[in-house]
Amino acid sequence: MAEASYDGQVVSVNDEGFFTDPGQWTEAMAPQIAKAEGIDHLTDRHWQVIRFMRQEYQAKGTGPTVRVLGKTSGVSVKELYQLFPKGPAKLAAKIAGIPKPRGCI
Amino acid sequence: MKRIVILGGGTGGTIAANRLRRGYGAEDAEIIVVDRDDDHVYQPGLLFVPFGLADPARLVRPRHRQLHPGVTFRQAGVDRVDLAGDQVFLDDGPALGYDALVIATGARLLPEQTEGLTGPGWMEQVFTFYTPAGAAALRGALDRFDGGRLAVNVVDMPVKCPVAPLEFCFLADHYFRRRGIRARVQLSYVTPLDGAFTKPVCNRELSGLLRRKDIDLVTEFNTGEVRGCRGGAGEGRLVSYDDREVRFDLAVVVPLHGGAAFVDRSPGLGDELGFIPVDPGTLQATAKPNVFAIGDATDVPTSKAGSVAHFEGAVVTDGVRAYLDGRPLTGCFDGHTNCFIETGGGKALLVDFNYDTEPLTGHYPARAGLPLLKESRLNHLGKRAFESLYWHALLPGRDLPGIGSDMPRRGKAGLPG
Repeated sequence: MAEASYDGQVVSVNDEGFFTDPGQWTEAMAPQIAKAEGIDHLTDRHWQVIRFMRQEYQAKGTGPTVRVLGKTSGVSVKELYQLFPKGPAKLAAKIAGIPKPRGCI
Repeated sequence: MKRIVILGGGTGGTIAANRLRRGYGAEDAEIIVVDRDDDHVYQPGLLFVPFGLADPARLVRPRHRQLHPGVTFRQAGVDRVDLAGDQVFLDDGPALGYDALVIATGARLLPEQTEGLTGPGWMEQVFTFYTPAGAAALRGALDRFDGGRLAVNVVDMPVKCPVAPLEFCFLADHYFRRRGIRARVQLSYVTPLDGAFTKPVCNRELSGLLRRKDIDLVTEFNTGEVRGCRGGAGEGRLVSYDDREVRFDLAVVVPLHGGAAFVDRSPGLGDELGFIPVDPGTLQATAKPNVFAIGDATDVPTSKAGSVAHFEGAVVTDGVRAYLDGRPLTGCFDGHTNCFIETGGGKALLVDFNYDTEPLTGHYPARAGLPLLKESRLNHLGKRAFESLYWHALLPGRDLPGIGSDMPRRGKAGLPG
């Protein structure tokens, strides 16, 4: 277990930087996490996805996969990759302060 | 008399029907299995078809013949499940009412949901071995292939038997060596995952095997588009959503998977992908207590594999009986999964794991058993011998001696026995 500091507060994260306690997250932290991941400015579209991730986590206990995000968040998979390059499901989860989405096996 | 309706006559549905039939007297329950066709495919055999190691026709047997004589087989498509009315609407005839429903309709391939996949080059330069027709067509294409780039791609998880695409790579490596053209073939495994496999110990072993066999590993590749060429005349490309490209002369693609189509037409029954949300321990649907699901149709966080359906069989049948008797459900499925991983050249690995325990090294089912996560001839023989066991012991719903539903802890390295 590691710690990180955002918006003047110390939070618990795993070794990949995902929050382990989503309750420690605040919206003010999101732009700082995003900046560290190479996203300089969070647009309304980013926020739509981030808020959706939080809702899904609260309802289901895990963040959605990119395929489910594309079907349900109102943002297409193509645009998700433009907003959150490389891995939208993982990156959006990290910025939204929820644990790393469970992979399928 | 209670009526139990089972949708799907594949591995899970057949095991559930046969186990339930043995548990009830003929006067106590009517058991009906519904499937749209009468072809039960031994799906693990499809992997071998492209390499001429299995005959597709011999992998198929009539579904109704695998069912206990006291089980009714009804051949019809399912239109939708009416949860409130406890009835199933079929494509033909009146609605079928039930006291308990078991959903065993597996996973459906959705190649049309990936841009270009079923476009130019489909079944000419771009194949899947996940269907009997695709596996047979790929056999011809491999025979004609005399060098170039072969890309094996999993579009996205979940897929049935997630190790099968890796096994395909290993078998292809061996196949081209046998033909003496391996040096002219560039083999790559293109996956959306961040490694060869999700779980650390297994990932390490399988990544090592890929390296030793000179198979390129391309990770975190989310296929957005497949650009094949009509007639296979030219170089094709896999294009990811983040604009990376993998070029190919021949592509073997495992398409997106979803649940059965009727799930999408049944309000409240399935999740976004058409799988049935269930309690991972009891396999009772979250939608309604008289509905259960088994096998690939569920959303449980383990592999979609026949071994899982087998291990789930006892829990689902106990659950249905407890529900119908008005008793509390006591079954607890642990996520037990067991897979032979063919590694080419007459060898195979074996993995055994559950919800909480990742695949580990050691032996199965105990210290004196088959080696885990280690290539061996014995595991290969086990995999091939399993086909007979499947038809004659697993589908009838018999308990296999020494093979319990729960994952055995003894024999695994690093686990207290």
